[in-house]
Amino acid sequence: MFTYTVRRLLLAIPTLLFISLIIFLLLDLAPGDPTAQLPLTIPPEVREKIRESLGLGQPVYVRYLLWLKQFLVAEPLHVFDTMFGTGFADGMQRVISWQTRSPVADIIAQRMPQTLWVVGLSYVIGTLIALPIGIISAYRQYSWFDQIGALVSMIGYSVPTFFTGVLLIVVFAVNLGWFPSIYDTTHVVDSWDAFVFQVRQMAMPVFVLALYNAAQISRFMRASMLDNLAQDYVRTARAKGMSEKVVVLLHVLRNSMIPVVTVIALGVPTIFGGAIITEQVFKVNGLGQLLITAIYANDIPMVQTLTFIFAVLIVLFNLIADVLYGMLDPRIRYD
Amino acid sequence: MTEPTAAAPLSDPANRPPRNQWWDVLDQFRTHRGALIGAIVFIVMVATVLLGPWVWSIDPTYIDIRARNQGPTFAHPLGTDQLGRDMLARMMAGGKVSIAVGFTAMLLSLFLGTLIGLLAGYFKNLDGPLMRFTDLFLALPLLPLLLVMVMLFREALSARFGPETGVFILIVVAIGITSWMQTARIVRGDVLALKEREFVLAARSIGTPSRRMILRHILPNVMSPVMVSATLGIANAIITESALSFLGLGFPPDFPTWGRLLFDAVDYLQQYPSRVIWPGLAISLTVLSVNYMGDGLRDALDPRIRGR
Repeated sequence: MFTYTVRRLLLAIPTLLFISLIIFLLLDLAPGDPTAQLPLTIPPEVREKIRESLGLGQPVYVRYLLWLKQFLVAEPLHVFDTMFGTGFADGMQRVISWQTRSPVADIIAQRMPQTLWVVGLSYVIGTLIALPIGIISAYRQYSWFDQIGALVSMIGYSVPTFFTGVLLIVVFAVNLGWFPSIYDTTHVVDSWDAFVFQVRQMAMPVFVLALYNAAQISRFMRASMLDNLAQDYVRTARAKGMSEKVVVLLHVLRNSMIPVVTVIALGVPTIFGGAIITEQVFKVNGLGQLLITAIYANDIPMVQTLTFIFAVLIVLFNLIADVLYGMLDPRIRYD
Repeated sequence: MTEPTAAAPLSDPANRPPRNQWWDVLDQFRTHRGALIGAIVFIVMVATVLLGPWVWSIDPTYIDIRARNQGPTFAHPLGTDQLGRDMLARMMAGGKVSIAVGFTAMLLSLFLGTLIGLLAGYFKNLDGPLMRFTDLFLALPLLPLLLVMVMLFREALSARFGPETGVFILIVVAIGITSWMQTARIVRGDVLALKEREFVLAARSIGTPSRRMILRHILPNVMSPVMVSATLGIANAIITESALSFLGLGFPPDFPTWGRLLFDAVDYLQQYPSRVIWPGLAISLTVLSVNYMGDGLRDALDPRIRGR
């Protein structure tokens, strides 16, 4: 198991390098000049200086390697320094956002909590709702509960989040006035009322994303439970006289959770990347919204960094899912 | 005994001409209630979008500024927008673009996925590299990359092919090359299994070349998973296109799609919520019906379920 994990970790390195190359080239070879937006009154020689200061004069591979060094060595060291007060990264250049002229990592650190709170919470809630629904729909297959569950989950992943979000705003924010339609990030929770307000402003985005996640996970849970309920060991357990509760919740559930856990792990990166639209609808200024504004503003370092972070998360959680699968299921051993 | 026998009675099941297997598929499809309703809804949507403009002949770009922001009236059943353009005509024009994007992007991704799946499954020495390539694509953050692609290439392509065709090509290609991976994996798996079957061995033993082997013997047998991924591909492409338009990175403003209409309407959410509802409902209904069709098709094409 350990050798497998190490091997997969080593294999992840070329994957990430390849992805970073794609991200770098896509943005680098694209038409468009970062100095095109500057006023035309700047003399050509000054403009050339600006281009050089942005590092645009050198050949592509030099820029790629420098970008990689800055990204993989300098930035993590800077983050380490600010966390522990050390001085490893002194004198190293940081990745600077073209919009704000401040380090990209600082802005990302500012935006991270909003995304983690809203989107992370919705993933947790979605999973917690999905598991019992999946179990009951499988146990009572073709019952009315199963039929309604199938319909709701079909709607949940067919109706795009930008429509459910807007619909909720129309009904609950505009017509009923129960929840605020815009997420207030500066809100500080220091009293009971403030806490209630925080819950109210988080209710709609969390609901939208939780519905979307629950729709998918509950289907997986149901299918996995159905596979296991038909197995011989279930009959054996019943024949031994075990109670239905023990059979379903102990024997079947534990075995059915194996694929579902990996599906849940695989979905974690979409928390960060996939919530772009929902953050945009409710004006939550998290990572997704940061990416959108960076794209609008042609802020290439920010876009590269964010896209690469999303890619790292996807590769990491793919790895975690595979390793978890091997750990949970003794029939699968990779060695 | 030499005289020709009279035509055998058709009532004898052995003498009936063999029934085309697609009739069985259709019969099974019809028993799936959701799929049937989905197919009807989808056909109605497509027909409205394609034939509607012949009946409802108002130009979707005609600006009547004095009749702006109207509610539903007899002249404008869905009301008008902030420039007085008829919403019904715009919904139909937008639907045409949305469905066209969904369809073309699905065809492109299906072509890529089937090609890569067939090659990887059939040729052993291509399997490793092509599947690693697929894994790499699966590890890419797709929505951010799509947004970046649209941002970077929109102007260049608009300048080359005109604003509408350019963006259409861009969005179709972008969606197509980021959504073929699932199809490729499914097709590869099926091809690997088919390769071990006797009919393939028989075909090979009479010296069938690889090209004809793939086109005549393998490809027809992987059509059912490909058809299921086709329906899911349409749904996925329509959602992605609307999402791009919703984020303001899709088609230009005077060129309506359902996502763009929704995006434009969000600004007037407080005053005219109905303008948000119609395009959203159209997207959701289309995607829902296509997904149900895919569900029914998967059951209908699975010979283990068929006939039960």
